[in-house]
Amino acid sequence: METLELPKSFDEFVDARKAGFLKVKEYVENDGHLVGMFCSYTPLELFDAAGVSVVGLCGTSNEPIADAEKVLPKNLCPLIKSSYGFAYTEKCPYTYFCDFIVGETTCDGKKKMFELLNDIKETYVLHLPQSQKRDYAKEIWYQEVKLLKEYMEEKYGIEITDEKLREAAHKRNEMRKTQMELYALQGAVPPAMKATEVMSTLAQGMFNFGVDAQHASYKAKLDAAKEALANGAKPVDENAKRILLTGCPSTGVIQKVGMTIENNGGVIVCLDDCGGERTQKMLVDENADDILRAISDRYLEIHCSVMTTNEGRVANTKEMCQKYKVDGVIEMVLQACHTFNVEATLMQNMCDDEGIPYMKLETDYSTTDSGQIETRLAAFIEML
Amino acid sequence: MYQVGIDIGSSAAKAAVIKDNEVIRTLLLDTGFSSRKVADTIYTTLEAEGITKENTTYVATGYGRISVPYADHIVTEITCHGKGSHFLFGENGTVIDIGGQDTKGISLKNGRVMKFVMNDKCSAGTGKFLEIMTNRLGVTPEELSALARKGSEITISSMCTVFAESEVISLIGKETPREDIAFGVVESVVNKVVSLLAQVPNDKYFLTGGLCEDDYMIERLSKALNAPVTTTPLARYAGAIGAALAC
Repeated sequence: METLELPKSFDEFVDARKAGFLKVKEYVENDGHLVGMFCSYTPLELFDAAGVSVVGLCGTSNEPIADAEKVLPKNLCPLIKSSYGFAYTEKCPYTYFCDFIVGETTCDGKKKMFELLNDIKETYVLHLPQSQKRDYAKEIWYQEVKLLKEYMEEKYGIEITDEKLREAAHKRNEMRKTQMELYALQGAVPPAMKATEVMSTLAQGMFNFGVDAQHASYKAKLDAAKEALANGAKPVDENAKRILLTGCPSTGVIQKVGMTIENNGGVIVCLDDCGGERTQKMLVDENADDILRAISDRYLEIHCSVMTTNEGRVANTKEMCQKYKVDGVIEMVLQACHTFNVEATLMQNMCDDEGIPYMKLETDYSTTDSGQIETRLAAFIEML
Repeated sequence: MYQVGIDIGSSAAKAAVIKDNEVIRTLLLDTGFSSRKVADTIYTTLEAEGITKENTTYVATGYGRISVPYADHIVTEITCHGKGSHFLFGENGTVIDIGGQDTKGISLKNGRVMKFVMNDKCSAGTGKFLEIMTNRLGVTPEELSALARKGSEITISSMCTVFAESEVISLIGKETPREDIAFGVVESVVNKVVSLLAQVPNDKYFLTGGLCEDDYMIERLSKALNAPVTTTPLARYAGAIGAALAC
């Protein structure tokens, strides 16, 4: 058992964070390996097959942003600043104890941040093509996924076999199906839960070690929700307006946007960000001859606004609006996220064509605009 | 039965009493430091006139809407300005509400809010901008408009209120005529409001809020929008009237 050092400022942390640090420390000291990642494009099956845990490090808190701004420009996306800030201030146990971080070139801000992050923690960057359209895009991404596999094989002195990859693909697919079932519960009128509950469950699930534990946490939530439903529980007012929340990753604004919607007469029935149904419904072809290629193909299909063009995202949202009987679409754009901000026009055009009310909010993780956001969200819901 | 709407804005608190679909009483007070206190003052003032909990439904709106303990309902100022404007103007069009800390554009069709826009965190194009500039120029809002009417082309280019104030200070330092600075100040508000309204265009506009008796502002807005801007003295109470109607 190796002995690890805690961050210098450990004594100043509150108990919950201390517990987090101790839990990760214990896991790593008992030969557990941990890798940090940021994005839906990261091929998770590789880590499962390598026997290492993978944890999402997307910063969702305003807390370390002031410190991050000592290094990064102020007018940058809060997710980027928060993620970097947690590494910089050594306040996140997962960032602190992970073996390395896998980044990806999904946006310019992150891409350049990773160069600085690498000085704090080894950061491996996947090079994502700009689009799925070119004939060679799939090949580029396959090579990238293969390079990461080889990198880990060398780093850990292991072999990531096809058999292991296939097993991982199966487990991940099963977990995606559970997530899909969880989302589908929101299709009921009224929906089974407040979506802020779903958001919190999914966000917390990420911090389990290994896919099995993560899947179990989702399954537990699903079973509990199904049981409550069977017992006639109706936690949501049947007159609540049904909202689809699209745009940037929303975990960092669960309170500011999610809870505000659900405390003002609305309920989020579809979480349409990159962690939602749009991405989770894509499965890996477990029976493909070339399993690594099947994995890389699945991930490249993901519809992120960094892709040009990216019709798939808006087309999927349109489908979700029907499936979940949506009354209104709210698009949340994190400050300085150019790709989602510009693509919002296409989203709005689709909503206009479909006759679905649409509103865009541009915000960050701070509380400076909470009052304004609440007025706008409440007024939007009143309008529906 | 009375319906009372209470609109507690960042600068002014307004109340409107409606009985049998008619506005029978309005109240205008400074919000001051405490929304709660001004809400209480409104209550006791109306109570003395026989408008009490026993015979009244109260709806609160505006930034201080959560500080009205006796409110039966809470509705946002967007919905209320929409309802109030429909009551006052009765036509389809876009409501322009220039408030103390934010400016809104609300597109109305058959009395329903179809779409709205609101300035974000920035105070450009709001009453706050005008308040700071009138203080800096040492004039009242009425005097500002009177001066602006006599002024000529000068542009205040900073969108940020704080920077715009510095710009005004340097214009004062250069002994630029007050009329010209006043002209620039009003145009700055007009331009910002018009750019916000680009998202809710219409062939008719209605002005609500504290500037509804400012003829010069109405004239400039109308010119910049290239469309008629109508208003009425009661439009200052549009939010409160709308709230009363939401009872």
